[in-house]
Amino acid sequence: MTVVASSQQTQEAGSAALAEGAGPARPIKVVAILCNWCSYAGADGAGTARLVQPYGFRVVRVPCTGRVDPLLVLKAFEKGADGVLISGCHPGDCHYSEGNYYARRKFELLRRMVPHLGIEPERFRYTWVSASEAARWQEVVTTFLAGVAALGPREGRAL
Amino acid sequence: MRIGVFICHCGTNIAGTVDSRGLAERAAELKDVVHSEDLMYTCSEPGQAAIQRAIKELGLTRVVVAACSPHMHEVTFRRCVEEAGLNPWLFEMANIREHCSWIHTDMEKATEKAYEIVKMAVAKVRVAEPLFSEEVDVNKDVLVIGGGVAGIQTALDLADAGLKVTIVERRSTIGGVMAQLDKTFPTIDCSACILTPRMVDAAHHENIAIMAYSEVDRVSGYVGNFKVDIRRKAAMVDWTKCIGCELCMQKCPSQAPDVFNSGLAETKAIYIPFPQAVPKRAVIQTEYCRWFQQGKCRVCERVCPAGAIDYEQKEEIVQRDFGAIVMATGLDVFPWQEHYPQYGGGQIQDVISGLQYERMLNASGPTGGHVHRLSNHEEPKTVVFIQCVGSRDESVGRPYCSSVCCMYTAKQAILTKSHCGMDTEVYVFYIDIRAAGKGYEEFVKRAQTEYDVKYVRGRVSKLYEEGGKVMVRGVDTLLGEQVEVPADLVVLASGITSADGASSLAQTLNISYDEYGFYKESHPKLRPVETNTAGVFLAGACQSPKDIPTSVAQASGTAAKVLVLLAKDKLKTSPLIATVDQSRCVSCWKCLNVCPFSAPEKQELRDGSTKSHVIETVCQGCGICVATCPVNCISLKGFTTDSVIDQIEEVLLA
Repeated sequence: MTVVASSQQTQEAGSAALAEGAGPARPIKVVAILCNWCSYAGADGAGTARLVQPYGFRVVRVPCTGRVDPLLVLKAFEKGADGVLISGCHPGDCHYSEGNYYARRKFELLRRMVPHLGIEPERFRYTWVSASEAARWQEVVTTFLAGVAALGPREGRAL
Repeated sequence: MRIGVFICHCGTNIAGTVDSRGLAERAAELKDVVHSEDLMYTCSEPGQAAIQRAIKELGLTRVVVAACSPHMHEVTFRRCVEEAGLNPWLFEMANIREHCSWIHTDMEKATEKAYEIVKMAVAKVRVAEPLFSEEVDVNKDVLVIGGGVAGIQTALDLADAGLKVTIVERRSTIGGVMAQLDKTFPTIDCSACILTPRMVDAAHHENIAIMAYSEVDRVSGYVGNFKVDIRRKAAMVDWTKCIGCELCMQKCPSQAPDVFNSGLAETKAIYIPFPQAVPKRAVIQTEYCRWFQQGKCRVCERVCPAGAIDYEQKEEIVQRDFGAIVMATGLDVFPWQEHYPQYGGGQIQDVISGLQYERMLNASGPTGGHVHRLSNHEEPKTVVFIQCVGSRDESVGRPYCSSVCCMYTAKQAILTKSHCGMDTEVYVFYIDIRAAGKGYEEFVKRAQTEYDVKYVRGRVSKLYEEGGKVMVRGVDTLLGEQVEVPADLVVLASGITSADGASSLAQTLNISYDEYGFYKESHPKLRPVETNTAGVFLAGACQSPKDIPTSVAQASGTAAKVLVLLAKDKLKTSPLIATVDQSRCVSCWKCLNVCPFSAPEKQELRDGSTKSHVIETVCQGCGICVATCPVNCISLKGFTTDSVIDQIEEVLLA
């Protein structure tokens, strides 16, 4: 029972942060692109373990982070995303051997480019969560959304 | 386009946090949706029947089910819509359970989120295209990695069913940890008497080939058609000639640590681990061999009656093809010395691990089954067992239960009494006693009542030497008192950790593993012996700590699952693969460079140009080439760029 209570508190704290950051305007929206084999399964595991998470993210499932063209991330920002989170298998553990290595190179470049587009660096993150890391997924998504919420919704639609 | 949406209640799993009924009503308003309903359990027989009825009666051309994770029931529903005449890839799942109802508490917000998840799935299914599988031939040979009791069981079951099985074992003999055990709980029957006949059965089986002293280096290919590089390590002994007579071992002048006896004794540089080894073949440990280290000796060569010694032997790579791979790589004992300085860190001679004690109890062990103190070779009068050393201890990074230690400690406590006499004082310090197996609780009770083993509930804080004794200082939490026991011998119930190198082998096979190196099953309840990599299966303690009965039961279950896969002559490949629009291909060959599977090839067209072409049966559908192609002429079926963008738009336009 204590566990439930404490996760409830986390949730309330998270919601408070969200509400505070988002103001009355609109709740923030984060696009989370997850690889099928590690991070999507990790997020599933977090659900199975009833690990409470913030509301403001929506998951797009892809086979591998290596499939994610950085342009998709920019597209999401163009369409008005307040943040984009990408998560795949840990380096070395890719279901397809090396997809996340390609992803890592691309997203590291993208990460450095994002501020030049007038987007705060806290709005983009790429990370690794394995299928067995349910608690890590909860931590990743909660901290990322808290960071985005602190900035609030992005003004305007265009990049 | 006629889309049908089915919203699941999943009892209260979804409906407890998400208004499934209201969601169905709102989904009906979405573009192209002609039917929407909520169902109590969509995956159940009536639920599936409702979907099929709607497809037939309402002429649905696409279906969305909003329920649990696609990892749970996507296959179920694809089959369901296919039976009703729809192409199975015109189906999409909206995960409103694991990704919504289970992680949220506010009904209004969760329902709103679920609605958006449904909209995303509708957007995706709207651009879905019918897909068709290819069929490929299946190689029916099976590779079993690891020759412990689990690997042997799987191999024997498969071989009895008529399949050709290769066991690859990195040690020079099969048998695994079970071969090191003295007796087994709860029957106290001899471990070797159970295992060694099975080892011999495996060796003599016409369908089993044992490749001992070998390791898997590289795996390529896919389910039904794996290509495996097996590295046969250099034993410096020609095994086709070696007859296992042990003469070399008797005459060898160089000592080496005896791994089989858990370091309790020494063996020779050329050795056969134990007399019942299978295959019974000698191996030279070159790091201890006088000839290899000092350039003189060659005694083994002189005494070998078979002329088997080959100092020039090199390791070799053997390439084999398999249809399925079973991981049975077993376990290692937790290296307690590095993590428990309070227990002497291995510096106190009379503090030993459970596996060392097992060797000491064994009649064919280094002490001939005589229990004695390592410090003075006297029989101990007081023996203390400490449970959970490297298990259930977050301070050493091992929060999990090793599942076997309570039982093996009870067994060793009983055996101590029978080896050293009933007047021997035996204490067991424990946190909880976990005796959940058949006959296990009764066994522990017998240790306590019949054998008068004293169970003390509490952790031991410190072990130290004093006056020729090992002082055991701990707490009895039931009495609420500090206790101190002067012991002659302390046995640590050292826990189970994954086998050395387990995670790097997992990377070789592209299977998932947890932070402790245990391999991850595809689903804990529905697919407990499969991995997420099709065609790779799990057996035994490589998946999680297990005792022998559970390992053997799982190993037979694994064999059954391999048979299910290989009973077919052809396998359907996943249609989720990349295709090249050759009219737009600029022949830059970037796709050839990035593909981990060599799926794209250069194809000469009639007009003389050379364009990229993806070999359907080789492509694994990762989509790396899609994100790499500079002119966007490669498309990944089932995960097209349009479908991803459409989903993103649905999220953001709301």
